[in-house]
Amino acid sequence: MPATFTRHPVEIERKDTGIGGKPPLDRRPTGGGGDGDNWENRPSGRRGPRELLTRYRLGVLFALAGDLMFFVALVSAFFVRQSAGHFDARENYVSDWHPLAMPPILWINTAILILSSLTMEMARRQLFHEIDVMDEWLGLGRPAVKRATPWLVATFVLGSVFLAGQWIAWEQLVQQGFRYNSPDPSSHFFYLITGTHGIHLLLGVIALAAAFGALFVLRRIELRQIVVDCTAWYWHTMGLFWIFLFALLVCFQ
Amino acid sequence: MRVFTTNHRALGILYLLLALAAVIAGTLLSLVMRVHRVWPDLALPFFGTIKPEDYLALVTMHGTLMIFFVLTTAPQIGFANLVLPEQIGARSMAFPRLNAAAFWLTALALLVLLAAFFVPQGAPISGWTSYPPLSAVAAAGPGEGAGMDLWLMSIGIFCLASWLGAVNMLVTILSERRAGMTWSRLPMTVWAWLVTSILTLLVFSELLAAIILLFSDRHFGSSFFVPQGDLVNGHIVGHGDGSPLLWLHLFWFFGHPEVYIAVLPGMGLATSLFANFARRRVPGYRLMAAMLLVIGLLGLVVWGHHMFVSGMNPYAGTAFALTTMAIAIPSTVEVLGWLTILWGGRLRLTTPMLFALGFLSFFIAGGLTGPILAQPVLDAYLHNTFFVVAHFHLVMAMAGVFSVFAGVYYWFPLMTRRMMNETLGKLHFWITLIAAYGTFFPMHFSGLAGEPRHYERLAGPITSFSAIAANERGITFSALLLASAQLIFLWNVFASARRGRVAEANPWEATTLEWAPEMARARVERGPYEYEILANETNFHPQWELASKQE
Repeated sequence: MPATFTRHPVEIERKDTGIGGKPPLDRRPTGGGGDGDNWENRPSGRRGPRELLTRYRLGVLFALAGDLMFFVALVSAFFVRQSAGHFDARENYVSDWHPLAMPPILWINTAILILSSLTMEMARRQLFHEIDVMDEWLGLGRPAVKRATPWLVATFVLGSVFLAGQWIAWEQLVQQGFRYNSPDPSSHFFYLITGTHGIHLLLGVIALAAAFGALFVLRRIELRQIVVDCTAWYWHTMGLFWIFLFALLVCFQ
Repeated sequence: MRVFTTNHRALGILYLLLALAAVIAGTLLSLVMRVHRVWPDLALPFFGTIKPEDYLALVTMHGTLMIFFVLTTAPQIGFANLVLPEQIGARSMAFPRLNAAAFWLTALALLVLLAAFFVPQGAPISGWTSYPPLSAVAAAGPGEGAGMDLWLMSIGIFCLASWLGAVNMLVTILSERRAGMTWSRLPMTVWAWLVTSILTLLVFSELLAAIILLFSDRHFGSSFFVPQGDLVNGHIVGHGDGSPLLWLHLFWFFGHPEVYIAVLPGMGLATSLFANFARRRVPGYRLMAAMLLVIGLLGLVVWGHHMFVSGMNPYAGTAFALTTMAIAIPSTVEVLGWLTILWGGRLRLTTPMLFALGFLSFFIAGGLTGPILAQPVLDAYLHNTFFVVAHFHLVMAMAGVFSVFAGVYYWFPLMTRRMMNETLGKLHFWITLIAAYGTFFPMHFSGLAGEPRHYERLAGPITSFSAIAANERGITFSALLLASAQLIFLWNVFASARRGRVAEANPWEATTLEWAPEMARARVERGPYEYEILANETNFHPQWELASKQE
């Protein structure tokens, strides 16, 4: 007999209140509770207070993996274009690639970006500081938000300074005669790489501003954690990408 | 239904309708091409006489519509939106709003692409692969100005949409599975969507970078792809050592995995349908799933086989030939796995099953010419002939489209609560199968005779190709029959949606969770394909059924 329409005893779920029932701390219940303590075995939406955070973190991780491929494509184009050339009338192989000297201000920008990653991490950690999180969760003020905001503002300022510094570097290069459309391929790649990275960082700065606003708007501590956490991972990754891209521009011209 | 719905099933239907619009447009373009090849001086309604550049525009838009907007959307994100959350026992996708945004970006990309027909000089002519320098210089031909810009914008938007869709699908599969839905209990379709999402994530963002580079070459004076001294219409346009080969590398690193994005969901669906309609378990389930992953990963390292005659280093060609032929191994494992399911199964030849068998037939028929084209020596002769056209239309286009048909007939009750008409479905299947072979199989002979693709007509010493004129006529008649057979399908879809037989719950007696009754919310304790054949009858245990206590 086909078993399609047979009613089956549905496993009785523990009636816990889901995400709001437990404080958003990374403490898994250990022992004593039987099978119901394994959050993975519960229905989606009840897998502990960090379920949403994990989901959004995964999303950011995958999005950044795709983004990584974007930059990998640019970098491989950099190397292929660097090795391209043609034979002149005397059968000499000549290349039109001339190494581009980096404007020194880029070193300062790099230092600023690394510093901004540190402040971002400080902001992120405030949102996971256990005592403050418990206070916020219980409704006793917003100590975590209060502690995180200065660091967020600092990151915002440092990020904007970095972008301004990149702008200055472009200005300096333009004054030296290197424009985007100048015949030199190394100059195309410089503007292309710093430009696309700059757009990513601009999005990061906008995300910082949005996260700052969201800290005061969002009513659940879990969501406040998510906006800061995801912005932070995006920010760190852009910092890491910059270090690799800058190393490429400095060492592999 | 709200217009900007975030309901995944509604979005799945929207994706399928989008693919339907694209496939109708793409099919009409291909019919114009076929008619033009046989009667080049015939004036067609709406088109008039086809000029040579019009023919190239038809080729370009046909390929772009079919590959991006039909074969990438329907089998992957279309069907996944329709059933993926249910199949893994989730209530919805992980990011419903992101999901909706991805759909509307895809729709925008389609509109931007179709707009290329209506700009001055019309649609681009550089093929769906857009090789520079033809695609990099606006003066290179009609349609390479505004039309090409629209093409680039459309594909750029499509890249962003696919990237968002892939992030959503990956997170959904990884974090939204129901309790007990372990990796070895996933339906094979979910495995396929997992692999295609990984591929989509990796290659579409890479394509976006290539498109930005090409756009920059066209408008901002850079020289990534245009070679030194490139002469277009009497003007030297190249001003740097740009490398057209670089575009080929970047494009085919995307383009080859794209083929697997189109066909892997069909492989997953075929596995499910064979198990369902043969009432057999899937032998070597883990191996079959692993082979899907292997095909996807190998697909990332074979792009050079599209470039054997491009001037690439011949040693690189040898390496790419080896990796390409290696793909035959996991593909063969899959085929043998399917044959094992079918062998000794109690076959129920319903319409979805017939289309799945058709998929298998095309996968084998088109796949067998794969290792031939993977040989650099053979490819030197066959490259850019109709042999290649025959190969990829059988293994990607027909196999892909048959899997889409199988999916539509199979999941139609989930969309409309009604069944599609079986008699019309079988009629549709047989005419389509015969006409599809009649259209694409003879192309092998044209190709072996040396007939090049992308040529508007074979002028010059026409006698050298007069021997294949009859073959070409046959192909065109068959193509017309193939296209008109789809009217049966359209009629069946719309008539059945309104007046079809009302479907009972689980009409195919399937085991996977998309057919589960509403109240079934139990943890999953069973594998995806628990069918068994007893002495005189068949039995099955759906995944929403609890395992009997054995101890």
